[in-house]
Amino acid sequence: MKENSIVNRYDVVVIGGGPAGLAAAIEAKKHGAKSVCVIERDKELGGILQQCIHNGFGLHIFKEDLTGPEYAERFIIELMESGITCKLDTMVLDISEDLDLQILNTYDGFMHIKAEAIVLAMGCRERTREAVNIPGTRPAGVFTAGTAQRFLNMEGYLVGKKIMMLGTGDIGLIMARRLTLEGAEVRAVLARRGYPGGLMRNVAQCLHDYDIPLMLRHTIVKIIGKERIEGVLVARTDEERKPIPGSEELYECDTLLLSLGLIPENELSKGAGVKLDPATGGPVVNESMETSVKGIFACGNVVHVHDLVDYVTDESRRAGKSAAYFVRKKLKENGLLIKTEPGKGIKYIVPHLIRVDNLNKSLQLFMRVREVYPNSRLIVKADNEVIKKSRKMHMTPGEMDNIRIDPKILQQRKPAILSVQVKREEE
Amino acid sequence: MSSEAKEIICIICPVGCRMTAVRDKNSPSGFLVSENQCKKGEAYGIEELTNPTRVLTTTVKINPGIYNRLPVRINGSIPKNKIFPCMKVINKVEVKAPIKIGSVIIENILNTGCDLIASRSMKAS
Amino acid sequence: MYDIAVIGAGIIGTSVARELSRYSLRIALIEKDNDVANGTTKANSGIIHAGYDAKPGSNKAKYNALGNPMFDELCEELAVPFKRIGSLVIALESYDMEKVEELYNRGLANGIPEMRILGRSEVRKMEPNLNDEVVGALHAPTAGIIDPWELAIALAENATENGVELLLNHRVTAIEKLTDGFDIRTSASGIEARYVINCAGVYADEINNMAAAPYFQITPRRGQYFVLDKNTGSLVNSVVFQCPGKMGKGVLLTSSVHGNLLIGPDSEVLDDKDNVETAAHRLLLIKEAAARTATGIPFNTMIKTFAGLRASPSTRDFIIEESKETAGFINVAGIESPGLTAAPAIAEEVVRLLKATAGKLKKSDDFNPLRRKVIRFMELKDHERVELVRKNPVYGRVICRCENVTEGEIVDVINRKAGATTVNGIKRRVRPGMGRCQGGFCAPKVMEILARELGRDMQEIVNEGKESYILSGTTKGEQDYEGK
Repeated sequence: MKENSIVNRYDVVVIGGGPAGLAAAIEAKKHGAKSVCVIERDKELGGILQQCIHNGFGLHIFKEDLTGPEYAERFIIELMESGITCKLDTMVLDISEDLDLQILNTYDGFMHIKAEAIVLAMGCRERTREAVNIPGTRPAGVFTAGTAQRFLNMEGYLVGKKIMMLGTGDIGLIMARRLTLEGAEVRAVLARRGYPGGLMRNVAQCLHDYDIPLMLRHTIVKIIGKERIEGVLVARTDEERKPIPGSEELYECDTLLLSLGLIPENELSKGAGVKLDPATGGPVVNESMETSVKGIFACGNVVHVHDLVDYVTDESRRAGKSAAYFVRKKLKENGLLIKTEPGKGIKYIVPHLIRVDNLNKSLQLFMRVREVYPNSRLIVKADNEVIKKSRKMHMTPGEMDNIRIDPKILQQRKPAILSVQVKREEE
Repeated sequence: MSSEAKEIICIICPVGCRMTAVRDKNSPSGFLVSENQCKKGEAYGIEELTNPTRVLTTTVKINPGIYNRLPVRINGSIPKNKIFPCMKVINKVEVKAPIKIGSVIIENILNTGCDLIASRSMKAS
Repeated sequence: MYDIAVIGAGIIGTSVARELSRYSLRIALIEKDNDVANGTTKANSGIIHAGYDAKPGSNKAKYNALGNPMFDELCEELAVPFKRIGSLVIALESYDMEKVEELYNRGLANGIPEMRILGRSEVRKMEPNLNDEVVGALHAPTAGIIDPWELAIALAENATENGVELLLNHRVTAIEKLTDGFDIRTSASGIEARYVINCAGVYADEINNMAAAPYFQITPRRGQYFVLDKNTGSLVNSVVFQCPGKMGKGVLLTSSVHGNLLIGPDSEVLDDKDNVETAAHRLLLIKEAAARTATGIPFNTMIKTFAGLRASPSTRDFIIEESKETAGFINVAGIESPGLTAAPAIAEEVVRLLKATAGKLKKSDDFNPLRRKVIRFMELKDHERVELVRKNPVYGRVICRCENVTEGEIVDVINRKAGATTVNGIKRRVRPGMGRCQGGFCAPKVMEILARELGRDMQEIVNEGKESYILSGTTKGEQDYEGK
């Protein structure tokens, strides 16, 4: 241990005080972790939920239609009452493979913390203009939807008056409505694909309700303006999402909002040697949400980007409980190990590995499809044998799918690989 | 109102059913909603034909809060055409921090029968 | 009246101003933009060239050779990171080796030390990630890397600490010769000075033409780049140039001083001196060209692309001279590559030129060549970190989570001379927003700190130039919801 720096020990350290971290910490405490510490870099708990002031949260967990802050507050109250240590305004600078954390804040200063188990719950960040390589100038007035959301909903600032939006992630759709309600003009929302990235209900209640044009198969090929953005060149896109030359059209605007999707934030995970899945951008995890590094668990958007906070809560509860079980040496490390494998039409499956002995009621596999599949089936195979078929009216990459599997089937068949594929009904 | 079928995307839950709703004298409710996956969807479809309503969430000024704005919501659904009139009223309000979640900020806003309430607690700065 | 007006606060203007601040002179450093280092200086390869490239006998060759060895001491004095990592010009075909030899001989003629021609196996040993096709290379160990804007900012700070007056947002619009000096009209106030040093980059011809008859033109030549994520810079150990040949000048691959991989530039003659747009088709060509050097470039970790303008002179060489027509007006023009390397030597030459026309200059007694180092929290050892936060808790708050920049660092660079007043100004000085999220998380916090430290409202904080506003007002104003 390094000299001159205070050392603290906790059974479970949870990194991130958003919905994932809150649920994981509470659950770890409930399941026997004696000391739990949540480390949050912002000045309060709740994470991005605090800026998601719209409703639609909690239908699954609470059977109520809550706003983001309402959903967060329920967990914050529970956390405060359960004797969990909370370090706000605190940054984790590094995690080592032997679960030593370097943390920094203004009141403890720089120090090391030793954890018996760690839960990674850092969430995700937004894809930027540079990540999708939009050429042109670099003026002010180009915002990611989430940054604009924080300015608008928490700080009370307008980011512009005449707005173009590229990308149709949920935050973007919801921001189109919020900006309209606050008096801005949203000129159009562009989707590079032939379908929106966010939930259909958001297309309906955020765009259709306010007559905001949704331009499918369009993208921005150039940003114009020296100091502040003055306009964008919009082009139609072909089947491969590439702009079609000659189709460019100028749209004047003073603001460009980008809603181009989210990327799990795993810089700390990488530092700790956690293995990542290129398909999700998040850690490879097993049924207990444990990563490739023993004692490091992960949950929520740091693992894979969710559409619904309710599922984040579910997943994080499992991670928190598992972390407590790990500390109490109640997680079974051996026994039958099954690998999941995304088959035809499936982009990824979480979890990646299943230790069957740790399953109790049922195994739930979460996945995203690669394209839009109307009226299709999800086919689950244990090695080469079909063990389940599930009919789906409508599947789209914008909406996470899941399927439940009875552990008994796995115990009986003992497959090495569990795969899921999509089959169109007419095939 | 026309008897033409209306394509509706259900906003009740994240499934977002793409439904069709039409007036139908032969059905007991007087309407026929199809391709919905649940009962709530049917009710929503009928409401969209007769009296479309929405939940309004926005912010109000707060002073001296840890942020400049407090998130608020209307604790029920209001007619769609009341959204902007309500916004005009809400934009004029300023509340004092600290405030508790659920506190009523405007009672029976524009006679909708619904209240505007704080959707989080906020400490004073 | 000022003794001297330096027009342009890029790497040349700031170098000249700092060199002149060694003397008892009243100096104005005039800049059209809202910050120093805002033109070519902020968008180039950041390479301190060894000096084998320029034609022997040219100004470029002379000042490159003189400038390069000055960097160790200069960067030490100004506390600017500089790494002498050496450069390779790689031959990808056997006939390229002729060019390598030609460059070697040119280097000898220019007096460049320690150069060697390497065979394939030696190159591979030095740079295992290069493509198999590499035949050989010219190795020049004296080449180095630096953040060019960091150096210019440090020079500006040290110059102003030593009495130079920095006048930002002063675009020169006219220059009139007076009997004992010049009347310089600008977009802000008017300035009078006895001598004028024209360091106006791509605009140097226009500035000359305000005071003298036109005798050279500056053509903006655009170059575009890719910047990849931190830690990707380790793909190469030195600055790797391609051998100039049929395919053009080729592109370079290097680590930045901060560990990002930098790839570029191309070259494209433009007529717009403000056009720093990136263009997709040019970037694609750079990507393809770079693949000839190394196939394993992790373009999926791209952080950003950018474009810069070279100030290419019609004379094809640096113009460093007093105007023959207008006494007291010194042109430092056409300073394209290797201008960054040459900058400190050029600054010394300007002092000689000034002495030649103005007579002896009096040394200042209290010139301080040292600049206080910007403390970078993440570079400190554990016990230093503990100590620093205990002394100054503002270093305990991380603002940028991609680059781990603390509030202490940001507050520091706002409150220095020639300090940051804009979001991009902070970004160039201590790097919040340089990382993967490109300021998505930290820009609002950086704006808050700027507003607080500068005593301004959040809405007055700009991104870069004075018109580059970020916020357009507050919510809950008098929205009329027209037509709703």
